[in-house]
Amino acid sequence: MVEQSVKFSVRSFHVHYGHYNALRDLNLDIRANEIFTVIGPANSGKTTFLNSLNRLIDLVPASRCSGEIKLDGIDIRHGMEVEALRRKVGIVFALPLPLPISIFENVVYGLRMQGIREQRRLDEAVERSLTEAYLWEEVKDRLSTPAMNLSGGQQQRLCMARILAGQPDVLLFDEPTSGLDPISTARIEETMLILKDKYTIVLVTNNVAQAARVGERTAFFLMGEMIEVSETSKIFTTPADKRTSDYITGKFG
Amino acid sequence: MKPIRLRKQKEWIIEKAILLSGIFSVVFVVMIFLFLLREGFSLFRGESVIDFLFGKSWYPISNPPRFGILPLILGSLLVTLGAAAISVPIGIAAALYIAEIAPRRLKEALKAGIELLAAIPSVVIGFIGMITLGPWIKAFFKVPTGLTALTGSVTLAFMAMPTIVSIAEDAITAVPRQYREAAVAMGATPWQTTWRIVARAARPGMLAAVMLGIGRVVGETMAVMMVTGNAAVIPRSFLQPVRTLTATIAAEMGESVQGGPHYAALFAIGIVLFIITFLINGVADLYLHRSRR
Amino acid sequence: MHPRLTQKIAHAVLLLATLLVVLPVAAILVIIVAKGASAISWDFLFSMPRDGMTAGGIFPAILGTLYLVLGAIIFAVPLGVLAAVYLVEYSSDNWLSRLVKLSIVNLAGVPSVVYGLFGLGIFVTFFHFGASILSGSLTLGIMILPVIITSSREALESVPRHFRTVSLSLGASRWQTIRYSVLPHALPGILTGMILGLGRAAGETAPILFTVAAFYLPRLPQSIFDQTMALPYHLYVISTQVPGIAENVRYGTALVLLTLVLLLNLAAIILRSRFRRKKKW
Repeated sequence: MVEQSVKFSVRSFHVHYGHYNALRDLNLDIRANEIFTVIGPANSGKTTFLNSLNRLIDLVPASRCSGEIKLDGIDIRHGMEVEALRRKVGIVFALPLPLPISIFENVVYGLRMQGIREQRRLDEAVERSLTEAYLWEEVKDRLSTPAMNLSGGQQQRLCMARILAGQPDVLLFDEPTSGLDPISTARIEETMLILKDKYTIVLVTNNVAQAARVGERTAFFLMGEMIEVSETSKIFTTPADKRTSDYITGKFG
Repeated sequence: MKPIRLRKQKEWIIEKAILLSGIFSVVFVVMIFLFLLREGFSLFRGESVIDFLFGKSWYPISNPPRFGILPLILGSLLVTLGAAAISVPIGIAAALYIAEIAPRRLKEALKAGIELLAAIPSVVIGFIGMITLGPWIKAFFKVPTGLTALTGSVTLAFMAMPTIVSIAEDAITAVPRQYREAAVAMGATPWQTTWRIVARAARPGMLAAVMLGIGRVVGETMAVMMVTGNAAVIPRSFLQPVRTLTATIAAEMGESVQGGPHYAALFAIGIVLFIITFLINGVADLYLHRSRR
Repeated sequence: MHPRLTQKIAHAVLLLATLLVVLPVAAILVIIVAKGASAISWDFLFSMPRDGMTAGGIFPAILGTLYLVLGAIIFAVPLGVLAAVYLVEYSSDNWLSRLVKLSIVNLAGVPSVVYGLFGLGIFVTFFHFGASILSGSLTLGIMILPVIITSSREALESVPRHFRTVSLSLGASRWQTIRYSVLPHALPGILTGMILGLGRAAGETAPILFTVAAFYLPRLPQSIFDQTMALPYHLYVISTQVPGIAENVRYGTALVLLTLVLLLNLAAIILRSRFRRKKKW
């Protein structure tokens, strides 16, 4: 087996919301250029985990984190600026969330915040990222129209393009297809499989079948703890923990 | 590309300015109290607080001057109670109508109308009250002058009502839909739902509305000055001229010598007003928070 | 009594009460327009007063009110909007933010004449600005600060939370997020609050009594350190202290002031309802 480099290393990581312990003693590695999926029932800590990777967790007023997460060997809390982290680690949310501005402005938003202003660079970034998100052909003639006018599936791909414009290292997906029809879902999954060559992908999903379709390694979270993690095929056929197999076979959800 | 460090510095300055702006409100309240104290405190070197608050004679320009504000306190009290007696029942009733019974388009029109009433400057209301209500009261009650506490009460009621109506209406609208649905499910008529369930649930908010309305009345100056007759004596009935705390300050400041005892006395009245409205608004705010939970 | 009958009576009583609140507004407008319209003329609005205020126009009072209101807005809007930004975007639910909110509630409840005293004590006396447009504007500005802060807060809070989340997730800083993803969408609401503040400042008399207002000035103010005439004070004096002024002139002055204030408030109401309907999210 080719030894892949480690993108994220998580050690002894805890998250508390006030007194509520949302994530307990998490230890895992996420390897570069893999699709790492996280499955588990509601309130298992999946989204908390995802939001910790790009420090969106900081926005929750009562949240406290302890332990360590490193990206490419650098501590994400003490070793870098949070804005730089979020540019390297982009996130696509469960609901498509375009800003109420034009398609073009949505895509270049992150770039403008960095201070990039030359029209040529912005144009080039827009075409590149919309193409990567498989949206360019559909919108190239109406880049200045409001993004809110796009369909749900198109908006979600726009959100992907928005992140890709900044050339991140990691893409986080938080149940990205839960609000979409099967065709749009399939397109997003296809896109993920293509993107993994350039990016590391972490996918949180409620849909166990999606994890089986797309993930290379899968982790099962339950009530704030990671129960087990291994190759997707192994987890689905011979899981080590009974709770994992109960969840996968639908005994609880 | 703008150097990151410059942008970070600029943002640090902006965020400090934002924090300062927030704190300014606290600073202003403290400053108001301090400056009132600064100018008013000298009065209490020559006169005790008790004599000031409970003295029955306000003769600022006699020799020696007397600075007892009891007549003024009673004047304010009388006018305020009269205004409350009129504006509270009418205001709550109107709030119930607008929130619960009025059809939607009428409701929008009514709310706009009430906002406009609230916007009418107090000097204009005082002007109208002086010219129309005053003579009417004089004729109807056959009194020597139409500028009385009653005139003041009626006039000020019009200034309190918009406040009471809009805040009470907010509180009534905020009552959760489940309360109404539960009542209807048990066979209550709309009126029974409104009166027995919704009004009761909105009580803290309605109380806050009343207090804020009263607070507005207590603080009113110009309208009061123009319609209450300005006689600084202890009132014995509603149909005689009175003087309120606010009108005294406005009317007499021009005649007082800066730094003198009269000047200080007027500032001392300001301190009393500040404390009264501070208490009323503080308690009202407490009730508003209780109703929002 | 049958519940339906009770309801009919109750509804009628409540309707009556509502009319009692609303009809006087119409009545006041009608009276003032009817009796004051005859005084309104180009001369009345734009020329200087003559013969001890018994003839000529009220132009200096109108101009003075405009100056004072403008000054109040210049002071109150930046401070008020930033304070609202602090409360909505930066503060957490701790003792400081609760103290700030309590202070705003108190500022809103301070009687206008006490503001006049404060302005007298600090701007006229302590800072030695004297009775001047500067003192008057600053006093009015502090008085309308709660109005600006409250409406700006509402405008900021109405911007959906996820705009902030998305902006931050794309690597924007906290201030950048506010500046580019929150404030632009709160602008109509902030504007509405500003107009309401203008209307409030234009109609107030007590704060300007001791800080700036004069009844009769021979010429227009030349600098912010001059005194000025102002509409509300003018109305007060000509209706209570100056005999021999024609009735329609008194009503006419009231009409001008009332029109100014009501137009501003109406503009704010219309702006607010159009903003609510046109929201892009």
